[in-house]
Amino acid sequence: MKIQEADAKRLLVAQGLPVPPWEVARTPEEVRAAADRSFAAGAEQVVVKAQVLVGGRGKAGGVKLAANADEAERIGREILGMEIKGITVRKVLVAAAADIVREFYLAAVLDRAARKVLLMGSAEGGVEIEQVAAERPEAIVRVHAHPIAGLLDWQARQMAFALGLAGHLKEAVGIAKGLVAAMIANDADLVEINPLAIVREKHASEGVIERLVCLDAKVSLDDSALARHAGLEDLRDLDEEDPTDRAARAEGISFIKLDGTIGCMVNGAGLAMTTMDLVKRAGGEPANFLDIGGGARADKVAAAMRLILEDPNVEAILVNIFGGITRGDEVAHGLIEARAMQSREVPMVVRIVGTNAEEAGRLLREARFETAASLDDAARKAVAAARSAQGVRA
Amino acid sequence: MSILVDSNTRLVVQGITGREGEFHSRAMLEYGTRIVAGVTPGKGGQRALDGAVPVYDTVAQAVGEQGADTSVIYVPAAGAPDAIMEAASAGIATIFCITEGIPALEMVRALEVVRETGARLIGPNCPGATSPGKAKVGIIPGSVHRPGTVGVVSRSGTLTYEAVQAMTDAGIGQSTCVGIGGDPIIGTSFTDVLRLFRDDPETTAIVLIGEIGGAAEEEAAAFAGEHLREMPMAAFIAGRTAPEGKRMGHAGAIISGGAGTAAGKVAALEAAGIAVAESPTEIPTLLRAAGVGG
Repeated sequence: MKIQEADAKRLLVAQGLPVPPWEVARTPEEVRAAADRSFAAGAEQVVVKAQVLVGGRGKAGGVKLAANADEAERIGREILGMEIKGITVRKVLVAAAADIVREFYLAAVLDRAARKVLLMGSAEGGVEIEQVAAERPEAIVRVHAHPIAGLLDWQARQMAFALGLAGHLKEAVGIAKGLVAAMIANDADLVEINPLAIVREKHASEGVIERLVCLDAKVSLDDSALARHAGLEDLRDLDEEDPTDRAARAEGISFIKLDGTIGCMVNGAGLAMTTMDLVKRAGGEPANFLDIGGGARADKVAAAMRLILEDPNVEAILVNIFGGITRGDEVAHGLIEARAMQSREVPMVVRIVGTNAEEAGRLLREARFETAASLDDAARKAVAAARSAQGVRA
Repeated sequence: MSILVDSNTRLVVQGITGREGEFHSRAMLEYGTRIVAGVTPGKGGQRALDGAVPVYDTVAQAVGEQGADTSVIYVPAAGAPDAIMEAASAGIATIFCITEGIPALEMVRALEVVRETGARLIGPNCPGATSPGKAKVGIIPGSVHRPGTVGVVSRSGTLTYEAVQAMTDAGIGQSTCVGIGGDPIIGTSFTDVLRLFRDDPETTAIVLIGEIGGAAEEEAAAFAGEHLREMPMAAFIAGRTAPEGKRMGHAGAIISGGAGTAAGKVAALEAAGIAVAESPTEIPTLLRAAGVGG
């Protein structure tokens, strides 16, 4: 689960990482008030940043600087309500614009191959790290945290020296260790600071100082661990979640909406992807990815059917169940029940094999469902059914 | 022979008195797997599966009193990492973890303990392994198999059943079928299993079933290209139509930053001389073309 920048920053602050103060605003007036406070505290400019869970905010015009409160309010009005990659901006982050001396990249990620947490750093911060990785892989410094002890002091020092942060060693070590600690404390699969920056700050007492701070934060949490951490589920941004996705999650169904016309209901993620691939191969386009999970009962099948039918583009439904833990007859009962309640008439092709498949076949034949023996056959029949549905309407 | 499980396997079921554990233990017993013990803390002294299997409080007791050498875990996610570490510490050599939904960082820690003991972990979030006609450990339906000499290794569950059923229907039997699990952090990789198949004299061909996300298939392709040139192989990759940035059910199945695509994996496998099927039902045809007999 991805969380918003402001929430990600709070998780970093909780681990003692230095993050310059910020405020979240939901209206142009709130943007103005936050900017006022920032200017009063000595800011020369403020930055207004769209809070959306998609990348490329800057390029889309979702990040802008303001020199005074009037300008901040105007920019707030511009950004709030704007669409970035299909997501409407509902809130912005307001903070004093930093006087950046140098930018770095630092992130903790899950390294599947090494089966460890990997700390990655680069002295080329503020840019797309994927681009750095592709063009100059040697510019990325990699250190694996110990699986049980976490990131050790010497490892953090190693990273700091490699990034040329010898002049800010103590701060850099604290940030590197805090970053990994934030990952572990929240069961995150990604904690990214881009940029980590040396900034120049004017202080009334100390004059101008340079210090290392986290200017942006991106955190993605492990869905499997959310329930174990009080408060993390509350960070889910319901504004950005599709209502269908929310309904699917509540039913324990794994669902992803796509652009095609053939609704798919399958048990198992790998088989669900394969079913989509075979629909495409048969000349159709899948309307969704849907995995009802193992051991699904009739009620879950009915819920899955409702999810599929909510998509007005769906013109045929393909049900593919390989019974193992899942019992074919349970699925058949669920389908019969779902069809009786269904809001609109959509042709359905059903293939059930494995556990209790014979009983399932009998139930489906009695209920006059169209069935298929093989997966390839089922995909072809579903594509044909969608075509004839289109023909009827045309 | 076969790999990981066979008729000599002495299995302990962790979580044998739970709903899932009991259901699948019955199926394993029916298949002929030697279940020598069950473990449910607090239920030691009872007998499970209509009196057929003694239940112990700890894995160490199951090892000490029944000589268990392999374990299968049906414990819920909250307790599964501990069950893995308990099995490893008790001297179990091969641990299958069926449980899904274990946080990845929990697995990072548990795997370090497994590594220290020298045990092998398969999974988590895997369907287990079957050596047809000898033993099945996990949740793969026994009916899909037929004894033979083709090794099957896969990252998914029901997709494996589909592919194995297609092989069985075509008269191609299997030496061992292994599901390694769909999570980002797993104990045994494709390459680890390929190495086991290479060293198994009874395995004469290999089928690899992968999916989008990560780089495990590419790594396996590189290994096969170097060490398995003589071994007939076929593969299938799920997720050719999956969009980027969307997690396809399995926590590990996501294309990100242009990496982990089906196209990249297919190209890597083909470069290693492995034919890649466009449908699981085409796997038998590819195996025949690669010289695999009955």
